[in-house]
Amino acid sequence: MKHTLSVLVEDESGVLTRISGLFARRGFNIDSLAVGPAEKAGISRITMVVRGDNRIIEQITKHLYKLVNVLKIQDITNIPCVERELMLIKVRTGENKRNEVLEIANIFRARVVDLSEYFVILEITGDPGKMAAIEKLLEKYGICEIARTGKIALTRESKINTEILRLNTMVNNNEIRGGGT
Amino acid sequence: MINHKKNGAFALIDSLVRHGVKHIFGYPGGAILPIYDELYLWEQKNLIFHYLVRHEQAAAHAADAYARATGKVGVCFATSGPGATNLVTGIATAQMDSIPIVVITGQVARPFIGTDAFQETDIFGITLPIVKHSYVVRNPRDMSRIVAEAFYISKHGRPGPVLIDIPKDVSLETFHYIPTNPNEIDLPGCRPIPQTSYKQIIQAVSLIQESNQPLLYVGGGAISSDAYKEVKLLAEYFEIPITTTLMGKGIIEDTHPLSLGMLGMHGTAYANFAVSECDLLIALGARFDDRVTGKLDEFACKAKVIHIDIDPAEIGKNRIPQVAIIGDIKVVLKQILAYVEQECQIDKQQTQSWLERIRHWKEDYPLSFNEDSVQLLPQEVIRAINNLNTNISFFITTDVGQHQMWAAQLINTGPRKWISSAGLGTMGYGLPAAIGVQIAYPDSTVVCITGDASFQMNCQELSTIAQYKLPIKIIIINNFWQGMVRQWQQAFYGERYSHSNMNQGMPDFVQLAKAFGIKAICIKNKYELHSSFEKFFAIKEPLIIDCHVSKEENCYPMVAPGKSNSQMIGLIKQLKKNTLFIKDEKFIES
Repeated sequence: MKHTLSVLVEDESGVLTRISGLFARRGFNIDSLAVGPAEKAGISRITMVVRGDNRIIEQITKHLYKLVNVLKIQDITNIPCVERELMLIKVRTGENKRNEVLEIANIFRARVVDLSEYFVILEITGDPGKMAAIEKLLEKYGICEIARTGKIALTRESKINTEILRLNTMVNNNEIRGGGT
Repeated sequence: MINHKKNGAFALIDSLVRHGVKHIFGYPGGAILPIYDELYLWEQKNLIFHYLVRHEQAAAHAADAYARATGKVGVCFATSGPGATNLVTGIATAQMDSIPIVVITGQVARPFIGTDAFQETDIFGITLPIVKHSYVVRNPRDMSRIVAEAFYISKHGRPGPVLIDIPKDVSLETFHYIPTNPNEIDLPGCRPIPQTSYKQIIQAVSLIQESNQPLLYVGGGAISSDAYKEVKLLAEYFEIPITTTLMGKGIIEDTHPLSLGMLGMHGTAYANFAVSECDLLIALGARFDDRVTGKLDEFACKAKVIHIDIDPAEIGKNRIPQVAIIGDIKVVLKQILAYVEQECQIDKQQTQSWLERIRHWKEDYPLSFNEDSVQLLPQEVIRAINNLNTNISFFITTDVGQHQMWAAQLINTGPRKWISSAGLGTMGYGLPAAIGVQIAYPDSTVVCITGDASFQMNCQELSTIAQYKLPIKIIIINNFWQGMVRQWQQAFYGERYSHSNMNQGMPDFVQLAKAFGIKAICIKNKYELHSSFEKFFAIKEPLIIDCHVSKEENCYPMVAPGKSNSQMIGLIKQLKKNTLFIKDEKFIES
């Protein structure tokens, strides 16, 4: 199972090496890792998506805590949170496919950040599900290059997970519709 | 108050002295010369003493052994490049056994870092997986704070090595030096050790009270928290037998009726039987290492587990316990004992039939060897050392291999008096370790039990011993083999003795010692052992006793790797038959 860990670390040289070294040495898997400065000077937030059962996640957490530069670790997998990722995607638009590509971009609220005769670069932000959806749709036009930031996340103080709400609404709607026929 | 302009090297030595450092082990070189220059002045004022080793690895081992014997932080110095890389084995040894040392390395000057300068190496990067923490001092103003943090980190929680890499120009740069108050360091990443809740204590005690066949399994954590009194009290209070790991050796004297000696691969038969049969295993500062557990699924498989350890990451790493307490062993045991004394009625009879069963195992399967052998046996030499150690005053350092396991089986020792590389199994550890211990305790008898192969790995340190006239007793268990390698090749590799024989090229150790101006004798038979051993031990100067022992002797009992602890090779049942406990023979494979 995939888990999202939000890790606060002291912004010192070698922190990332320590963390990646720990993962390599103990055989833990990282799916994605996004690092950037956090709210306080000298502190960075690392959002990492890791794979493993609960016991492995517990071991990862304990071993991370043993690193002196690691301040706080939160497993936000099951906590309502805002999850975002940024993707840049370069798509081939030859043979008059540009309009189709731009239409898809429009629906996904992707921005066009570069346009040339045969290529377009789109900028998309959203949760990882949205990334997967647009990537799948654009595949047939020919994706030349993709760059992704990896997921970043913050917990929701509202304690309401819109993702779950949306899913629930969909399920409810289906039920209502199903009941009608 | 020191508030004048000082350089980084001054800040370093001053900070070390402020942390109570008296002894440093090291070797100079280009990048660390400014520090050695500063050291020169401090040594002249008798404020600190540096011991010159002959290879940097020995400096790390000596500092490590100094820390094991004293409980203080050991300190070593080395220069950049090869000096620093020579420390790596020593740092890894300390990391695996959780020993607090502060390692200081010189580095090329800041402008040269990353240019492949002469003797430049990224020791910070190289040692990342084997240190508890590490620093590069980029600004001399950070020096005092970093030293304070390093000492705190190395001792706090589960101890370990901390490396400080100091570029040459940082040592030379002058600045307005203000020492850091060690009480004012701010390390938010070093979490305080959690308080043990009353509930956890009750849970642990009730498991102990329910148990009819409890067993204490004690590791190095109990030594490093100096909990030997508390462990013994707990054991005696509930009448619980104790087995120790190689790291936990010395927590209780082997002659104590509750002591079962060491468990695991070369542990005693009765300890391994007890661990297989117990219904409650109380693990104190032990980490369920594969050399201890054998086949993990069958380790204490009938038992509930109470695991007390200072490192949360050890809880549930190899075995999921029923009760887990994170904390310093001494503190937690004190809480348990206080609770027990107030709240509990102890039924000392409860474990009596269990102890009786263990007593029979002890009678039936004692540690034994063929005493009638014509040849001198390694076990006899080690027993002879033990016989001289009547009041458990000797510090024993060992190397790694058969002699280490025999010593672990046969030497009765006390807490912090057993100095051996356990986790990493570093051949070449024993001799430099003896140097570290002898410098910490100049008036004590320090015995280095080593093998002919291990000894040759760091025998250059005889020069250090000669220079400082350290009266270490070096006992070489010389079988002209890498004995443990030979034993494995014999048992598991069809007697194909690939590169384990040391016969060719074996130096004459007596002549070798002579070259260093060290007294040495060679013992080749039982008569020489019994007639001369005691006499030579009384000599108050360095001494090598090269004991030529039987070449074929193997270390038993032995749990084959991946096998259950109850299946031991080389177990000899004493002839005294005991029909009552005949059913226990099902444990024995061969």
